[in-house]
Amino acid sequence: MSNLKEFNIDGTIYKTEIPESVANRKKWERPNPNHIKSFIPGTIVEIFVKEGQEIKEGECLMILQAMKMKNKILMPFDGIIEKINVRVDEKVPNRLVMLEIKA
Amino acid sequence: MSLKRNILDLRKRKEKVLQGGGEKAIQKQVAMGKLTARERITSIVDEDSFHEYDMFVEHEARDFGMEKKQLHGDGVIIGTGTIYGQPVCLFAQDFTVAGGSLGLMHARKITKIMDHALKMRVPLIGINDSGGARIQEGVNSLAGYGEIFFRNTLASGVIPQLSVILGPCAGGAVYSPALTDFVFVVENISKMFITGPEVIKTVLGEEISMEELGGAKVHSEITGNAHFYAQNELECFEQIKKLLTYIPWHNEKKARPFPPKPPKAEYKIEEIVPHDPTQPYDIRNVIRAISDDSDFFEVMEGFARNIVIGFGRMNGETIGFVANQPLVLAGVLDCDSSDKAARFIRYCDAFNIPIVTLEDMPGYLPGVDQEHAGVIRHGAKILYAYSEATVPKITVIVRKAYGGGYIAMNSRHMKADFMFAWPTAEIAVMGPEGAANIIFRKEIMGAEDPDAMRKEKVAEYKEKFANPYVAAAKGYIDTVIEPEETRKMLLHSLEVSMNKVDRRPSKKHGIPPF
Repeated sequence: MSNLKEFNIDGTIYKTEIPESVANRKKWERPNPNHIKSFIPGTIVEIFVKEGQEIKEGECLMILQAMKMKNKILMPFDGIIEKINVRVDEKVPNRLVMLEIKA
Repeated sequence: MSLKRNILDLRKRKEKVLQGGGEKAIQKQVAMGKLTARERITSIVDEDSFHEYDMFVEHEARDFGMEKKQLHGDGVIIGTGTIYGQPVCLFAQDFTVAGGSLGLMHARKITKIMDHALKMRVPLIGINDSGGARIQEGVNSLAGYGEIFFRNTLASGVIPQLSVILGPCAGGAVYSPALTDFVFVVENISKMFITGPEVIKTVLGEEISMEELGGAKVHSEITGNAHFYAQNELECFEQIKKLLTYIPWHNEKKARPFPPKPPKAEYKIEEIVPHDPTQPYDIRNVIRAISDDSDFFEVMEGFARNIVIGFGRMNGETIGFVANQPLVLAGVLDCDSSDKAARFIRYCDAFNIPIVTLEDMPGYLPGVDQEHAGVIRHGAKILYAYSEATVPKITVIVRKAYGGGYIAMNSRHMKADFMFAWPTAEIAVMGPEGAANIIFRKEIMGAEDPDAMRKEKVAEYKEKFANPYVAAAKGYIDTVIEPEETRKMLLHSLEVSMNKVDRRPSKKHGIPPF
C-alpha cells in the first residue's frame, strides 16, 4: 500500500489512494452570463457585430460552423458587445469565450 | 477416373485462401507484433479442433475497381472449435485481406456464425482487427454492421459473447464489442475509438496518438470499455480461456463445477482488515481468504478501482464477487464504480452465478462533478441490478455500511438472501462525525469548548450506532459472525440457496436507468 493520502467523507478522514482523475478534479465555477461560449468545436465563418455595438435580444451575432452545420449565435438579452475574442475563419474549441457582453 | 483430381483441386483452392492477404501483408502484420487471424484462432481453441466455414465466400462489389479484386474469405474467418473440450463459435477479422475491412459478405459471414452460436447455445468469440467499413461497398457495409449489432443484442444474456480487440476497431465497428459481455485489449495492439486522431486534429486542432486516444490502457483504466488488459496476444488468449472456466455455456446452464479446495493458509482473514474504519486494506485479500484455493479472477482491474468485481469459486462453484475497495477512494461509490458493479451483477444474474457482496464503504463520492455527471442515475443502476437479480445473493458487511451505500450494496431491502455482518460492522445513516455534527449541532455550537463537545458526541454516536447490533435487532442482518466464520457461513448459505426460486411479475422488460 503506497500513495496513501487523507480523504474526507462527511467529516471523517480516511487513509486511501486517490486516483488522478479525482485528485485533478476541476473546481466548479458559476457560469458568467456575460460570456458567450462556443457550445461545440468549430469554425467562425461570419461575425455580424462590432465591439461597442448595442444589440437586441435574439439578434444574430455570428455563425459558428461545426459538423457541416452553420449555427447562429444569438444575443441572449438586450445589451452591448464588450469584446470579441475570435476572428472570422478561426477554429475554436468547445467552451471558448467567444464574446463578452454586458446588459 | 478417380476422385483424386477433384480432391487436389479442392486442396489447391483451400491453400490459396489460407494465404490470406499474401506474404507481404502477413509480414507487415507480424512486424506490428500481431499474429495472423488463423494463428489467433488456433491459439485460443483446443489443438486441431478448429473447423472453418465460408472459406470460398467472395464479395460481390462491382464499383471502384472492386470487380477486379479477389479478397480471400472476404477478410474474415469464421468457424467452430472447442476450448477445454467445450464447443465455441469464433470469427476473426483478417487484417491482411483489404485491412480486414467490412463489406457485405464479410458481415454475412460474421452474422452466420453469430446465428449459429445463438442457435446452438455456445459462446461466441469475436476477434476484431479491421480498418472499418469497406468504403467501396457503401451502405452495404453499414447494413452489415447493423445486422451484427442486432444479433449482439439478441444474443446478450443468452450466450456469452467475448470481443477481442487485436488491432484497430474504429468508428461504428466499436459498437459490436461494446454490446458484448467482455472486451479484451492488448497493449500497443488494440485501438478503439469513434472518431480518430485525424478527425480530431482537423476539427479541434488537438494532436493525439491512436494509443493515447483509444489504446489498451485508455480503455482499461479511463473509459471502462475493456474488461481485460494484457501485455501481449498470448497473455490475452490465456485470459479468454481462464474466463471461460468460470462461466456457463448459456443462460440455462450453470458454470462447470471444479473440485472444491480450501483457501491458502497465507490469507489470514483477521489480520487483513484493520479495526480502525479509517485505515485501508486490500479487499481482494479478503476475497482470497474465503475463495477456493484463494483464487480470484478480477474483471476490470484498472477501471473504477474503488469497487472490485470478479470471479472465484466456493465449494467448486463459480461465484461473482462484488466488493468495495477501501484502498481506493476509501471505497466510495461514484458514477464509474456504479456502472462497473451494476453491469457485472446483471451478468451474474443472467448466467446463474451467485453473487457474494463484501461491503465496506463510507458513502458516495461528494462533488459537483459527480452530481453533474449524473451520479443519481448511475448510482441507481446498482440498486436496479441488485433488486432485479434473482440468483443467490449474499452480503457480508465487513466494516462501514453508511447511508445510501448500505441500501445499495445488496442490503436485505434489495432482497439479499443472507445478510452477515462482522462485529466491526458499522451500519448507520452516515459516519459518526457527520451524524454527530447534525444531531448534536445545538449542543456542540452552544458548548464552551465545541471541539471537546463534538468529540464527546461523536463517541456517544459511535457507541450507540456504529455497530451491527441495531440492524441485527431489526432483523436486517441475519447474524453477526466472527471473521473466521465467513467462509463457512457463505458455503452453508450458498448450499441452502441452491434451489432458490424467486419469481417476479411478468413484464416485457424493465426500464433500468441506462
